[in-house]
Amino acid sequence: MSIILLVLAIAVVVLLLAWVAGAYNGLIRLRNQVENAWSQIDVQLKRRHDLIPNLVETVKGYAGHERATLENVIKARNMAIAAKGVGERAEAENFLSGTLKSLFAVAEAYPNLKADQNFMRLQEELTSTENKVAFSRQFYNDSAMTFNTRREVFPTNIIANMFNFARREFFEVKDAAQREAPQVKF
Amino acid sequence: MWEQIQTNRRRSAVLITGMAMVLLLLGYVGGELLVPGGGIIGLGVALIIWGIQMAVYAASPQSLLLQGASARELHKEDTPQLFNVVEEMAIASGLGFTPKIYLVEDPAPNAFALGRKPENSAVIVTTGLLHRLNRDELQGVIAHEIGHLKNRDVQFMTLAAVMLGSVVILSEILWRSLRLGGRGRSRSSSRGGGGQAQLIILIISLLLVVLGPLLAQLLYFACSRKREYLADASSAQFTRYPEGLASALEKISSTPVNVSFASKATAPMFIVNPLAAKGGAGLFSTHPPTDNRVRVLRGMSGASFAAYEAAFRKAQGSSIIGADSLRHAQPVSIRDASDQGPIESHTGIKSISNRAMGYLRLRCHCGLEVSIPEGYDQNSIRCIRCGSELPIPSAAAPPMPMVAPPVIPTHDATPLQYKRTGKGWESFRCACGRTIQLSPSFAAPHVRCGACQRLIQIN
Repeated sequence: MSIILLVLAIAVVVLLLAWVAGAYNGLIRLRNQVENAWSQIDVQLKRRHDLIPNLVETVKGYAGHERATLENVIKARNMAIAAKGVGERAEAENFLSGTLKSLFAVAEAYPNLKADQNFMRLQEELTSTENKVAFSRQFYNDSAMTFNTRREVFPTNIIANMFNFARREFFEVKDAAQREAPQVKF
Repeated sequence: MWEQIQTNRRRSAVLITGMAMVLLLLGYVGGELLVPGGGIIGLGVALIIWGIQMAVYAASPQSLLLQGASARELHKEDTPQLFNVVEEMAIASGLGFTPKIYLVEDPAPNAFALGRKPENSAVIVTTGLLHRLNRDELQGVIAHEIGHLKNRDVQFMTLAAVMLGSVVILSEILWRSLRLGGRGRSRSSSRGGGGQAQLIILIISLLLVVLGPLLAQLLYFACSRKREYLADASSAQFTRYPEGLASALEKISSTPVNVSFASKATAPMFIVNPLAAKGGAGLFSTHPPTDNRVRVLRGMSGASFAAYEAAFRKAQGSSIIGADSLRHAQPVSIRDASDQGPIESHTGIKSISNRAMGYLRLRCHCGLEVSIPEGYDQNSIRCIRCGSELPIPSAAAPPMPMVAPPVIPTHDATPLQYKRTGKGWESFRCACGRTIQLSPSFAAPHVRCGACQRLIQIN
């Protein structure tokens, strides 16, 4: 009798340990996915920062006296590079998107600029980079949501609390109109 | 929300197991029937057939699917927009890699995904597709194909096709040997008697031989259709814009042209059935009717899998994505349409595909652009409009020994030379006959010929 009880107890302990290991590994896998998604955003934002000086130089050649707009873009870019933390960065990047939008609006008035090969190439690259930022943000938020849900629902939350899995912040965009990449129109 | 892939995988395992059961049962009953007590041998034969089929598939190169199609790989400078759309969708899906892009010259608009492993996976589009779709629609189509890659549909459909093929071969063998063996048996039963039980077994096995392949096919096609719906759901989820795919599907299915290089084996990989110019809705069709797919996409109130499930339930009255995997799903809203027009103009696509196919493009001073295929061996060509003789630009050996040859990291003693004439796309012929294309953004001092590996200096 006692042997059966002992065997049962061991079986329960083994099953419990297996479940803990499975849940823990699941959380780790999701956390890695979130981190990976975050680095994707980083890659795209960095690419955008790299493209901007080029764009500003090209626009200067045709519309040098639009100084205020150009300076705004550069200022916003430097702010975005210096920003720390998810919330602050999201804000700085949104601001940068806004200034870029007005730069492209200004470009409307310069037909020669619009016809410039280099400008056209930069325009496609920046539009696509904006899309990529939006899509990597989307994937990051989806992953963060899955991770957050997993660490909050019973019974995985026990494991999450035991090993201190921190909640992940969303990369949010305040204004609904800014959710999408700015519509670059010429 | 990514867990539905796991549910999906479980169901696939069930379906594959179902087909395996049909195969093994067929082997066992067949063996038992031909030689009493030979069921085990029959099982062995079934397994051997499956093993051979599997080995053939595993060894066959990817390019088999593209047989008969002159598919060429596209690079970023060929068509930056298409390239960017693919990169965007690879990011949105969290695929982790960007598939290669191939262009096939075919007037039928269609696309498909390829690749059992990430490193050789690819998205193939036809020129007809690029002609007809705008950026939102193309995005929907590419997202659908990337959905197939993400859901590992290529591996799965390959596995299912191998299983189906094995069942068909085995039942063929049984059918033939039953017809031969049947005659022998009738002789022996006339001698021995007690044919009642044997007759029943014979009828059952005949039914199995006839129905087995049918059953396997039904399972296979049901799988294929389900996977199409799932890839549609993935597309909506990645793009946040189901209307893009819906309108692309309408455009694709309204073109009554079959894809010339598609076969029955490759059909499940396409976005819309490439063989049925009119979408059949039968049990033996690889794709669900396009109308249904469009109706589900248009009925979505959000862009999440849960919204797709709700729309599917409303349109078809059944479930497509397991409800248990949607427990924690959050609503996802649909984005607005982008205002970006067609990807490329007709002439743009023509020159992209010409470049990809290795044509040499030459502009005459009368304005006509002449395309010269690789293998044309004359040194000039007559313009068909103005009749003037056009020299074919080609790389040549330097005219005289240079005083100070530039230091080029190569083993070639004297590199060929080519003098650029402008800043746009430019093509010229290497001494070996291969056409070499220079893109507008090309800035390197030299280029290597893809055929003879010779270094060509660009001035």
